[in-house]
Amino acid sequence: MISNIQNNKKITFFLLFIITFILYFYGKEIASYFDAKWIIKYPKHYIFPISKYTSLFVKWLMDEATFGIFSFRDLTRFIAWLIQQPYNLILALISKGFLQGQGQDAVEILPPLSWISVITIIVSMALYTKDKILVALVAFAFFYLVIFGQWESSMVTLSSIIIAVPVGVIIGLILGILSYKSEILERIISPILDLMQTVPVFAYLVPILVMFGFGPVSALIATIIYSMPPMVRTTLLALKSIDPQIKECGLMSGCTERQLLWKVLVPVSKPTLMVGVNQVIMLSLNMVIIASMIGAGGLGYDVLASLRRLNIGVGFETGVAIVVLAIALDRLSQAFVNIPARKRKKNISFFKKNFNIITLFIFIIVIYLLSPFLPLIKNFPENLVFNTSLFWEELVKYININYYDNLESFKVTLLTYFMLPIKRFFLGIPWPWFITILTITGWYFGKLRLAFLCLVLSLFIVVTGLWEKAMITLYLCGSSVLIASMIGIPLGVWAGVNARANKALTVFIDTLQTLPSFVYLIPVVMLFRVGDFTAMLAVILYALAPAVRYTAHGIKNINNQIVEAALICGCSPRQLLFKIKLPLALPEILLGINQTIMLALSMLVITALVGTRDLGQEVYIALTKADIGRGLVSGLCVAFISIIADRIIKSGSNKLKDKYGMI
Amino acid sequence: MKKNPKLICKNVWKLFGNNPKDFLLKHNNNPSDDTIKKEGYIQAIRDASVEVFENEILVIMGLSGSGKSTLVRCMSRLVEPTIGEIFFEDINMGEISKKELIEIRRHKMGMVFQHFALFPHRTVIENIAFPLEVQGIGRNEREKSAMEIIELVGLEGRENYFPKELSGGQQQRVGIGRSLAVKPELWFLDEPFSALDPLIRKEMQNEFLRIQSALKKTIIFITHDFDEAIRLADRIIIMNEGKIVQIGSPEDLIMKPADEYVKEFTEDLPRERLLSVKSIMTKDQNSKYDVTVYENEKVFKIVEKVLTNGIVRVIDNNNKTVGSIDKETVSRFLYN
Ligand SMILES: Nc1ncnc2c1ncn2[C@@H]1O[C@H](COP(=O)(O)OP(=O)(O)OP(=O)(O)O)[C@@H](O)[C@H]1O
Ligand SMILES: [Mg+2]
Repeated sequence: MISNIQNNKKITFFLLFIITFILYFYGKEIASYFDAKWIIKYPKHYIFPISKYTSLFVKWLMDEATFGIFSFRDLTRFIAWLIQQPYNLILALISKGFLQGQGQDAVEILPPLSWISVITIIVSMALYTKDKILVALVAFAFFYLVIFGQWESSMVTLSSIIIAVPVGVIIGLILGILSYKSEILERIISPILDLMQTVPVFAYLVPILVMFGFGPVSALIATIIYSMPPMVRTTLLALKSIDPQIKECGLMSGCTERQLLWKVLVPVSKPTLMVGVNQVIMLSLNMVIIASMIGAGGLGYDVLASLRRLNIGVGFETGVAIVVLAIALDRLSQAFVNIPARKRKKNISFFKKNFNIITLFIFIIVIYLLSPFLPLIKNFPENLVFNTSLFWEELVKYININYYDNLESFKVTLLTYFMLPIKRFFLGIPWPWFITILTITGWYFGKLRLAFLCLVLSLFIVVTGLWEKAMITLYLCGSSVLIASMIGIPLGVWAGVNARANKALTVFIDTLQTLPSFVYLIPVVMLFRVGDFTAMLAVILYALAPAVRYTAHGIKNINNQIVEAALICGCSPRQLLFKIKLPLALPEILLGINQTIMLALSMLVITALVGTRDLGQEVYIALTKADIGRGLVSGLCVAFISIIADRIIKSGSNKLKDKYGMI
Repeated sequence: MKKNPKLICKNVWKLFGNNPKDFLLKHNNNPSDDTIKKEGYIQAIRDASVEVFENEILVIMGLSGSGKSTLVRCMSRLVEPTIGEIFFEDINMGEISKKELIEIRRHKMGMVFQHFALFPHRTVIENIAFPLEVQGIGRNEREKSAMEIIELVGLEGRENYFPKELSGGQQQRVGIGRSLAVKPELWFLDEPFSALDPLIRKEMQNEFLRIQSALKKTIIFITHDFDEAIRLADRIIIMNEGKIVQIGSPEDLIMKPADEYVKEFTEDLPRERLLSVKSIMTKDQNSKYDVTVYENEKVFKIVEKVLTNGIVRVIDNNNKTVGSIDKETVSRFLYN
């Protein structure tokens, strides 16, 4: 009976597969035989111009909408002004100095903090964690920025982060707390957050650009919006996972509602909340770099400019600076997560208690007062700055001269035998059949709900006329994920069975994950110039981490008794791996692949910069033309692809887990 | 003991599910067990009425899921009863405002939790002083009171430790200390010692009795360990599937179990160590036997005397004769 069902399933799958292939090979002939060209290509005049309506709506919003006493435009101006003030202050403080007047004629009234002071502050923060390695790392990173001439740009970037992070954290915390208190709000917010995390970053930038104009404030707003969702989620999760007894204890102690929140719930969940803060910092950094497209300036702008001019040397130099900054910020904020609570010392004076801070403060003031007289303090001496861009340029030149043939043949081979067939396959399947297959798959894994979701979301892509572009996205994403899995899963298995490999790989993977997505473009562009292949490589690099991590996690977390039982049965290590560990880790591995797909899609959009022709390119073009409708619709298409993939794979993983009794 | 009720529960029900109030109303406030189950409700408490007397230790017992915690949480109004009334010192707990409830909790109630529920980010002294802190008492004053409590629960020298630096037993001492910080009159303990290993548990029980003999609180104590209940209880409540099956002294439960469930609970206990002569003797003020035993002695202590003499006279503390006890009674009691 059971084997019968199994067989039926197999036959159904086989049949579907055959039909797909027949349609792929003979789709055109069939279409022309029935004189139904719409099977191959969705007819133009049925395209529903959602993007046009959206643009019109936003135009109305900006030009005419009012809330009675003030208009929508007043509102955006007010928000911009609100953010501008603290940003200007910080920027002046650590980078530009306090100026009077505009542009060229501006006169400096007060100088900015010296590089010495900034480094001292950062290193003191590291010292506070009492982690010597961290101190060394942070000091190294910031000295690197000075010595290699990246100081000014990095301080501009840092200013944005200093503003964006607290705002993002506070808004996220408040939203998290509110949705913890009100279930209705949670139900409303949760899907919005889902969507926010799947809509590609460029798509955010378009409406913000239109509403707030080009400039650092827009970039800040985009950064805040982009980096806040994980804080909301973490807050909600942290509050929800508090032991109910702790809450009851607070109540029994006679806490008022507010005391319960601020004296019990929030402090108790602080360790988890700090993890959220770390995420906000890293996402902010990522976004600040990308937001250079709408005027963020700083390191991101340098990279963008050099990519546009294909100025490899400068690009690489800035890339390294971003990497250094990212690692330092990440490790520093993580160290703050892990600071153990310290014992309160009793009966010491205010001065003694804050001795370190006071010393630091005095030191900074002294340096500040000295800076007008000592140019060394004001600016790091120029003749000591190393310029590495020539070196990188030479290196790339050298590689290209000596290894050009090898690189080229590598690229061409992969393109012809791997990527092109996949591309042809996706573009060849008639869209009605593709949607049918998706819906059937949805049905198989998640019954009516999921089938319906798949159907509606993929129909959206068709009727907006973006099907072909979506297929290119799918092909690029598919081939990258395929390769990333082929590399990542074996690495994960290795890390899962070998403690030493695990340690090394963890460091490697952690570092990969802290780097802003932009950075991945730089080396691949250097070696392979622009095109699909370059895009794929960048995507693979960016999306590799979860495949490794989840696999390792899945393998390591298998119940030890099961392993022992298998060993007693006489399994060889090989058998143990293939017969026991891998099958049991499969649900987890699937989740890893799911994450890889999510990352791949988000990176794909960024690779539009190196000339892909997919949905990402649509979004990018919309950005350059400030066309909200186009950007939003193509952004939504990307989001829908990722939502479909996510729901199907997660249901599959859950189905497996359920079967194994793991939930 | 003067019987002054401190807390009264009157026909308290607690159902979990969608809109249980309407459901109860629909069924005349008395649905059958089956109806409740069929309509997808969970019956946590069913028609519970009990009076808690001043200065007594009332122990609530029952299997896991029988509604012990829920009953106690209804009493402290951490959980709102679906229907029924609860009076605390003549105050109807269902009618008071949020503010009044907070005031009562701040001054009259304390609670100890099974898994300690210590605040991990606060030191021992900060944990214990917490209830005072939320009342707005200044640091010096509250830490002075907290230090007294720390001495009371035997944690001197560890006041600046964090919870994770303490052993399980010490952690629960903090939990106990914290619940005593406001000098409560009504003290709830929800399986306070279940998470501890047997030796420590015994030690903590002694500690608990010592504290109670010094402070004399009204105590409601949950456990599912009958030995513990016997050691501590003045009276015991047995609960089964949300119902109160029996309320009585330990001896009542052993001698006159209300039903099979209670009987099963008490069956494997060393009865001769728990029951006193009083509960098995034959009442007879005129017996004239020479050998005497006290009515409050536990049975196992007098077995030998009875067996060698055949029959003995029972006297009370004032040496007044109250009954007799013979060989047959004792053997029947020991071996049935
Ligand atoms: N918040 C809740 N929602 C739904 N059902 C609940 C809730 N709290 C308790 N219950 C149910 O009410 C019943 C009684 O639970 P309660 O916690 O009072 O049992 P207990 O006697 O304390 O058990 P234990 O010895 O395991 O602590 C159980 O069936 C439980 O599943
Ligand atoms: Mg309980």
